[in-house]
Formats: sequence, structure tokens, C-alpha cells
Amino acid sequence: MKKSFAYPYGVWLAVFILAPILMVVVYAFLNADGGFTLHNFSYLPGYLPIFGRSFWLAFLSTVVCLALGYPMAYLMSRLSASKQSLCMMLIMLPMWINFLLRTYAWMSILENNGFINQFFRSIGLISFLQSHFGYSLDYIPLINTQGAIVLGMVYNFLPFMVLPIYTVLIKLDRKLIEAAQDLGAPTYLVFRRVIFPLSIPGVISGITMVFVPSVSTFVISQMLGSGKNLLVGDLIDLQFMGGAYNPHLGSAIALVMIILIFICMWIMNKFDDGSSEEGGLLL
Amino acid sequence: MKKRMLSLLLCSAMCAGLLSGCGNASSAEVLNVYNWGEYIDTDLIDQFEEETGIKVIYNTFDSNENLYSRIQTTSYDVIIPSDYAISRFIDEDMLQPLNYDHIPNMKLIDEKYTHLDFDPEQKYSVPYTWGVVGIVYNTKYVDKADIGSWDLLWNPKYTNRTAMFNNSRDALGIALMYLGYSLNTTDKDELREAADLIIAGKPVYQGIWMDQILEKLPSEEIVAAPYYNGDAVTMIDENPDLAFYVPKEGTNLFVDAMCIPKNAKNVSGAEKFINFMCSTEAAMANWEYVGYSSPQTEVYNELDEEITSDPLYFPDITQYPTEAYTNLPTEINQYYNDLWVDILT
Repeated sequence: MKKSFAYPYGVWLAVFILAPILMVVVYAFLNADGGFTLHNFSYLPGYLPIFGRSFWLAFLSTVVCLALGYPMAYLMSRLSASKQSLCMMLIMLPMWINFLLRTYAWMSILENNGFINQFFRSIGLISFLQSHFGYSLDYIPLINTQGAIVLGMVYNFLPFMVLPIYTVLIKLDRKLIEAAQDLGAPTYLVFRRVIFPLSIPGVISGITMVFVPSVSTFVISQMLGSGKNLLVGDLIDLQFMGGAYNPHLGSAIALVMIILIFICMWIMNKFDDGSSEEGGLLL
Repeated sequence: MKKRMLSLLLCSAMCAGLLSGCGNASSAEVLNVYNWGEYIDTDLIDQFEEETGIKVIYNTFDSNENLYSRIQTTSYDVIIPSDYAISRFIDEDMLQPLNYDHIPNMKLIDEKYTHLDFDPEQKYSVPYTWGVVGIVYNTKYVDKADIGSWDLLWNPKYTNRTAMFNNSRDALGIALMYLGYSLNTTDKDELREAADLIIAGKPVYQGIWMDQILEKLPSEEIVAAPYYNGDAVTMIDENPDLAFYVPKEGTNLFVDAMCIPKNAKNVSGAEKFINFMCSTEAAMANWEYVGYSSPQTEVYNELDEEITSDPLYFPDITQYPTEAYTNLPTEINQYYNDLWVDILT
């Protein structure tokens, strides 16, 4: 293919990705009067618990996505072609609905008077717990918990885990699996020694594509969490949209976040020892 | 004030309107008006155009900060910011003193809402709407004995069934009023005390929210939360078990007012527009449309007593202390931000 076909993307990349990142870097080292300063970074040690919470929740949701997404992608890849495209459509279907609406819907499902709790009440589960176990609440706390935030992330980002793994698995050379079977490997060994190692590039891009949006989300935590604890996304949002309006501090936090994500991705890529270039979508 | 979604919609509608109106705008006198979204009865604009022959170009914004950055570069003839923003614009010399000889209807504006802290000499602004922050509560779940004070928001009896504002100025403002300090204090010890009070309240709140309160109070997920009286009207419409009171310790009186920026091009048109909006007929139509309390005395006099005595529509601000926000120094704004992060860590 002609190289020049890539120019429009090159321009796109420069204008909408490189230039904004460059502005973030410049802003992070300036004070309100436009002079060079490192003062913005002095706030960061105080934000350590916020960073810790964000990375922990993103880690949890990535693990859950992998645990759910890998078997799903594996089973899908073994279906007949027509069923595969049906499954593909089912996975894509929720993405046709706006992300905010989907998260909003979870809010009404998980609320204390929401769909699930009303269901528990109607089957008598809550009164059963109250009379037999001395349970004091008249609902099961679901919303405003860290579990709800993780659920929201998993729900929204699961397709990003399934799709790259699935793409790698369907391209896998069947002859390799047959060879392993001919040589007498039991099913679990075929999986462990042949299929899984060959699917690692897909797993890596899946993890990247789930972890990065999870660690920087703020809408999900505000809707499904209680809003009582900030995540890094909220913290950056606050610097730009809050009353103090300090884009320099916001940029400094964003810059540190970018660097931390790069480090995480770099470590992840160490596991992908360059054995295959297929499926590794990012980096 | 907090109708972002609507304002976005309206913005796009307005843009479409602008395009269609371009043709004949060049010959006629033009007036640029910049207001909050969903904050005017648009029929009034047509009426004003008909009466004066001035072509109005109407645009909307969704936050005072947004307005602040826009008027640095763009010329508007009439803007309608909120109190603390007006105070900031005055501090930064961005507004023109008004000539009240050309705005005779100013005399119809109730003096309760003039000469407030953000414009003490009332030189730069003509009040457009006003309101207060109070507590919206559910009469089915909250005991009568527990209402009347801000302390409802710290009452452990309602643990996990109340909420707090998710914006530092309003939330810390509530704590400051409860403690008996000024809303505009620059004393860091007082602010720290207010922040500690909110931290102490965190176990009681189900959440720290803004727009979600509008949904969670009517659906009875929570039983009490602070909000603006204008939005309380909407919530009580949705769930008649809800009620509203203004705490006895006092509250924030907010005023949105019409101003003319320094770089306005059509000052006489702007004066005509402001005068028109203060006329009884226009102010009444606008009150019916917008729903926020009107500062116009004849509107108040013409309305049924049932409405004017309802603290929801016309809170009686003589019953408790009130204070309007003023602009804070940058250092204190940053301190608010630091405290807020600390509260939410």
C-alpha cells in the first residue's frame, strides 16, 4: 500500500494526540504567571492515596475482565462461523447505546430501592435475613461501594478484553494444536503450553485496553460510587472544572498519570517477548 | 443555573437560529446577549425585537467560568452572570457602570436584592433572578423535630440517607454557615474547621453529589439534601412528600444579574434590553417560564399570596441571616481546592 495513505492519520496524530500531550507537558512546568516551576509536583505526595485507589480499582476490573473475557473469547473462537458473528454482534450491541446511559441504568438497578433490592424484597430474602440473622438494613448495599465501581468498569470495558483475545485465537494455526494432541498432550497441557502462550499478544492488548480507561475513569465512580472518594480522573477534572481553575496542577497530575501508565504498559510488554506481532495492537 | 444538558441543546438550537437570521442582520441595529441556558422566555426576545427594531443575537453559557473566558475575547452587550462572578468582573475592571437614567425600571427592583456584597454600590448590575440554598427533605421519613437547622445534615439518625453538595464553595459554605462564620471568610482556620465538619459528616452522607440529588430525592433513595429553591420546586412536583426549608443559621442568597461588559458595542441597546426585562410584563412572563424567584416588586405584588408566601417560590429572607458570595483571592480559591481534595481522600 502507498505510504502516502498514512499521511492523513499522521496529521491527525500530530494535531489531536501529540500536540495536546505536549501542551500538558508545558503546562505542568509553568505557574500562573507563565514562569518555570516545579511547585505543581509538590502536591503529588498528598495525592498518593487517590492514585493508589485508582490503580487498585483498575487492577481489580482488569483481572475480572480477563477472568471473564478469556473463556468467553476462547469459546467463541471454537463456534461455527455463523454463531461467531452472532456472538460478535451480542458483544457489540451494548456499545451502540451511549456509555453514560448504560452506566446510568446500572444506577437504577443497584440503588437501595433499585431493581435488584426490590426483587430481593419481593422474594422475601431481606425479611428472611432480618428475622433469622438479625440483619438490620432493609436493603442489601450494592450501590456506592467499590464493588459497584468495579462492576461498572467491567461492564463497560469487557468487550475491549474479549475482542483482541478472540482475534488472536481465531488466527491460531490449528495444526499446532493437532500436533500437540498427536504427541499425546492432554487437553489442559495443550491449552497451557500451546494455546495460551500463542494468545499472549491478544491478552496484553486486552489488558492495556481495559486498564487504561479504567484507571482514568471519573464518570463511573461518580455515578456508581458515592462521590465521597476521589479517583485520579475526578482529581484532574476538579483542577479544570472546579472553582480554583488550576490547569497547571491538573496538567502536572495528568503528566504523572501518563508516565505511570507507560511504566505499567512497559512492564506488561516484558511478558510479550516479541514472539508474535499479531494482535498486539498497542505499543 | 445547573441545567447543563438543556443549555447545550439550546446552544445548538440557537446556532441554527443564528444562521437563518444572518441575511438581514447587517442593516439593522444588533444586540449581543449572553445568558445561562434555559434562562429566558424566548418569546420576550421576539417581543423586544418587534418593539425596538433591534436585532438580538442570543447565546448561552453553562458556567460562570465559561463566561469569564469567553468575554476576554468576544464582545457582548448584555451578560447575566452570578454574584461571585460579577464581583470578579468588577475587581478585574471588565464591567461598565450603568446609567440608571436610561434604565428607569430599575426602581421596580426590590432593594432587598440590591447593594449586596458583590456590587455594594449597585453600580454595575441589575438583578435578574435570585434564590437561596436550603434543605429539601422527605416528610414521610424525617421527624418534624429534626428540621429547622443545618444540623439535619449531620444527624446520625439519618445515616446513609442524606447527601452533601459536590462543589467546594457550596459544601464548605454550608459548614461555614452552620459554624456561624462568613461565607466569604478568608481565614484559613475557619475554613479548616468547616472542612473538618464535612469530614465528620461523611459517614452520615450516602453520597457527595450535585445533579444526582435531583434524582435521588424524588425516588426516595435519600431523605434529605441541600439544594437551591428553584430546583426544589421541580423535585416537589415529582414527589409531593418532599418539602423545603431554609435553616435558621442562615443561608447563601444568590443573585444573577444583568451587566454590560466594558467591551460592549451597543450600550444604548443594552440599556433598552435591561429596562425591558425589568418591566412588569416581561418580568412576569419570565418568572413563569424560568421558575426562579423574581426580584421585581410588581411581579411579587401581582402574584397570589399563596405563591408569594411559599418559601419555595419566594423565601422570606428577613427571617434568617443571608449572605451573597463574593470573589475570593486566588490563594483562597486554591485553599478551597486543597481542602476539598482532603475531604474526598
